[in-house]
Amino acid sequence: MTLAVRVIPCLDVDNGRVVKGVNFQNLRDAGDPVEMAKVYGEEGADELTFLDITASSGDRETTYDVVRRTAEQVFIPLTVGGGVRTPEDVNKLLRAGADKVGVNTAAIARPELIREISQRFGSQVLVLSVDARRCPEGTVTSSGYEVTTHGGRRGTGIDAVEWAHRAAELGAGEILLNSMDADGTKDGYDTAMIEAVRKQVTIPVIASGGAGKLADFAPAVAAGADAVLAASVFHFGDLRIGQVKDALRGAGHPVR
Amino acid sequence: MELSDLTNSTTAKNVVVFDYGFGNVRSAERALAHVGAQVEITRDYDKAMAADGLLVPGVGAFAACMNGLREARGDWIVGRRLSGGRPVMGICVGMQILFGRGIEHGVEAEGLDEWPGTVEPLRAPVVPHMGWNTVKAPGDSQLFAGLDEDERYYFVHSYAVRTWELEVTNPHMHSPKVTWATHGEPFVAAVENGPLWATQFHPEKSGDAGARLLRNWLDIL
Repeated sequence: MTLAVRVIPCLDVDNGRVVKGVNFQNLRDAGDPVEMAKVYGEEGADELTFLDITASSGDRETTYDVVRRTAEQVFIPLTVGGGVRTPEDVNKLLRAGADKVGVNTAAIARPELIREISQRFGSQVLVLSVDARRCPEGTVTSSGYEVTTHGGRRGTGIDAVEWAHRAAELGAGEILLNSMDADGTKDGYDTAMIEAVRKQVTIPVIASGGAGKLADFAPAVAAGADAVLAASVFHFGDLRIGQVKDALRGAGHPVR
Repeated sequence: MELSDLTNSTTAKNVVVFDYGFGNVRSAERALAHVGAQVEITRDYDKAMAADGLLVPGVGAFAACMNGLREARGDWIVGRRLSGGRPVMGICVGMQILFGRGIEHGVEAEGLDEWPGTVEPLRAPVVPHMGWNTVKAPGDSQLFAGLDEDERYYFVHSYAVRTWELEVTNPHMHSPKVTWATHGEPFVAAVENGPLWATQFHPEKSGDAGARLLRNWLDIL
């Protein structure tokens, strides 16, 4: 009786449409996040994550509608992140049917937001997304990992490991640790960074960034990740959820 | 008539998802509708009393949930329904508040006290206990009927009941069926006690296994 390692596909959603290329057959509408969510659910995804990259906050209604329609048809946990700035944003997403909400930049600007959200809705709804990159150890930050914003283009000077620790103390329920160096490379997760964060927090850590082949997933779990997230390898059909689970199982990790 | 005779009834069971401000009421509504129930989200006293089944979801802190429940007269409704043998199901914190008391952040709060016991912080290397885990259900469980032993259910919680305290000594009474799960240590994952059922995990988020479980509950309504 052990908790299963979660395999989580992430969908980038812009104005209600899936952004990154999608290569699934038999989809009536490959750009519809709801259709994609259903496929992933049927394939055995343990959770789903929507990253809302809609630029204008005026178009948010589209996002709520997508969340609503997804939650009507997919009965696994759904996390929605992107552009969440206030507890009221969280409330709207939860009421639309999200189970968890990802918070990133707004919490960097104002860490108290983490406490406000967790006190109102409980820690379990709050996934803190940390976009981190390596920096020469002891220069910018003591751990050698720096929090970035703007898709990894801007450094903040904040130590990513310390930030994860502080966020957990403020009430974050989970850390989504995204390596901006590994992201898009398909060279594997940044296991050293996962290890560094794992040592400093007792809340679950989701590894993100770098997944390219089946052999990439088990090392992230061995490094301390409780869940593995990937986007493009799933969307392009390079890897299927079931294959990733088989690979994890083969490496001795429990999966659903 | 045996309750199981109703299993194949074509009439949809009417369920009220109790709306007291602290539950993922939409998720519960959708999952129940998905398995064929006629669902209404409300805190209306008469409707909550009259429904075939009352589902009490719960998300957030124990004390906050209890306060919300009392403000909506949920404590009274649950008590009245149970004394009339009318089914009630609690989910997550909706299960926790059925116990005697909860301790969160060092603050102790009274629960509905349907069962003796204390909801306490879960002691495990990684908390919250978040994700899919297996359970150990008694062989005669109705809630888990038809579900394999290695089936997994979605948990999200940092607190749990580690000790089942209710001892049934009266030979004319049935002992509640208690299902256990382990995360760091064993804790109560589900209870079936006459008309009162409860799960610490979220059947409404547990995919096909959760759907089967909810159907099992509808079958006894």
